[in-house]
Amino acid sequence: MVVLNIEDIHFRYEAAGWVLRGLSCAVEKGEFLGILGPNGSGKTTLLRLCNGTLSPHQGTVTVSGTDIRKIPRKALSRTMAFVAQDSPEPPPFTVSECVLMGRAPHLGRLQFERERDFAVARHAMEVTGTLSLASRSMNDLSGGEKKRAHIARALAQEPQILFLDESTAHLDMKHTAAVFDLLKGLNRRENLTVLAVTHDINTAALYCDRLLLLNRGRLHAQGCPQEVLTEANIREVFETPVTIGRNPETGLPQVSLLPEGLSDQRKPVKAGAAPQL
Amino acid sequence: MESAVTLKKVLRTSLLLLAGLLAVSAVSLLCGPAETGMLSKIREGLTGGHLPAFVLTPEEKTILFSLRLPRIVFAGLVGASLSTAGVLFQALLRNPLADPYILGISGGSALGAIVGIFAGLGSLPLGIPVPAFLGAAVTVFLVLAAGGSKRGFSSGTLLLAGVIVNAFFSALIMLSLALSSHADLQKITFWLMGNLSLAGYSEAMLTALVLTAGFAVAVLNARSINLMSLGEETALHLGVSVGRIRILLLLSGSLLTSVAVAFSGTIGFVGLIIPHLMRMLLGADHRLLLPASLLFGASFLIAADTLARTLVPDMDLPVGVVTALCGSPYFLYLLRKGRFSSWSS
Repeated sequence: MVVLNIEDIHFRYEAAGWVLRGLSCAVEKGEFLGILGPNGSGKTTLLRLCNGTLSPHQGTVTVSGTDIRKIPRKALSRTMAFVAQDSPEPPPFTVSECVLMGRAPHLGRLQFERERDFAVARHAMEVTGTLSLASRSMNDLSGGEKKRAHIARALAQEPQILFLDESTAHLDMKHTAAVFDLLKGLNRRENLTVLAVTHDINTAALYCDRLLLLNRGRLHAQGCPQEVLTEANIREVFETPVTIGRNPETGLPQVSLLPEGLSDQRKPVKAGAAPQL
Repeated sequence: MESAVTLKKVLRTSLLLLAGLLAVSAVSLLCGPAETGMLSKIREGLTGGHLPAFVLTPEEKTILFSLRLPRIVFAGLVGASLSTAGVLFQALLRNPLADPYILGISGGSALGAIVGIFAGLGSLPLGIPVPAFLGAAVTVFLVLAAGGSKRGFSSGTLLLAGVIVNAFFSALIMLSLALSSHADLQKITFWLMGNLSLAGYSEAMLTALVLTAGFAVAVLNARSINLMSLGEETALHLGVSVGRIRILLLLSGSLLTSVAVAFSGTIGFVGLIIPHLMRMLLGADHRLLLPASLLFGASFLIAADTLARTLVPDMDLPVGVVTALCGSPYFLYLLRKGRFSSWSS
């Protein structure tokens, strides 16, 4: 079943050139989708169009068959949740208060949280391993803890689709693995659809079912990691010489940079060799 | 999870603070230079089974109910308005240093008041409050127009616009002070320092009306304020109409401040310290923070005004001086103890 369908979307910010130029993609329920591409290729913009933060100038985004613009904001936030790249330092809310805020879309304006809301929040904190942090202030957490608390808040929304923008940027290896293991687990167990924008190509290769590779506002390639992460694709999109290896355990592709001296001995890539679009 | 704010907790805290407010008001009513025997007279009357009204002389009743009570009521309303506005501005601008005057309202209203005094309106009823309010209102629109864009308001731009507008008005105020006569100078200085002695019941009524409306808007959106402090994009994805609520709350805070300032001058510190104090004691949830700040802000300003009118015999000190003199050392003490991070956690 297609939960999210993007059809021929065009978008530009005021005055700037087109950021996305005719992009289409259908996301199946329960898919774990990774969105890759160089800086400025339109990854985050695509995510924002998919979750209704922005509206396309042309083309449509539909959620389970309904045009996203016709879904009220609050109803939409019961269907999809978003974990931002970084959030400003908030007033000193505790972790549990922050996670409970994820229940807001399910509550009336003046309604206080009910037993069920506490139960859902508690469950979200259990699966993200943040229950032990419950009474700590959000501002006292480490980067990894904060990220997990925000994911717990998003899960408390009980969404069908979870959007993440650079959820593991600035995290060390341990925390990156913890976040992606968590997402994969939710994806497998609860059939949660995950769309993650990331710069971490190798981690995406290990965890995502499907990858979208964006280049200058267009979809350059999409498919399973083996199909997308080829030497030719990466060279062309990132304009950087690389070599593709395999993860010895899973056989999934892993991209390594080729330092200047090494890449010269192989096929030299001239500046401007990438095709002009 | 145990720390979560519940309706019970909000009601319990509010009742406690309301009791405190009533106690402070009662003490304030009985404090003053006019007489010292009144308290013992009331005590005797009460033990003898008589209500205070029956044992007091008409002069004493006038002092209590026509002079002190309206001033106490008004002080409470101004304290409540400024504290509520302080909570709103700190949350909306996401800046712990924000106070009700951050968008330039102090400068605008002062300039309005000065124009009123220069125009000789000072002796008319509402001759100063009306131009002061107009000055504040014009300033808010100026700052919102300068700091806003099609895509909404960025906190940084608004803050900067407020600072610049305030600086411009300060220069105009200095200029007018330099040009004013001795008599005007005294009136202006008196107004600038903040004073609660000028208002009566009708001013209190109007302030109460605006406070009720502003506070209602704030409380109805208390959860949205919480969500917006996580960042605007995050709030949007939790179902908050960020743009609409932001402008609504900015206008509420500005109106609360403008009315309070128009009648009482720029009383500093209340709107800055009370939200911090309450946040430190009760946490950051605005469903609790808003009513608590309203009630405690009222008590604080009543207490400060009581000191202002009793500290020096036969003299009414400007209450703004008292709030800053009492508030600043305490604030510094808390800072020193490390109880305040940037957001006083």
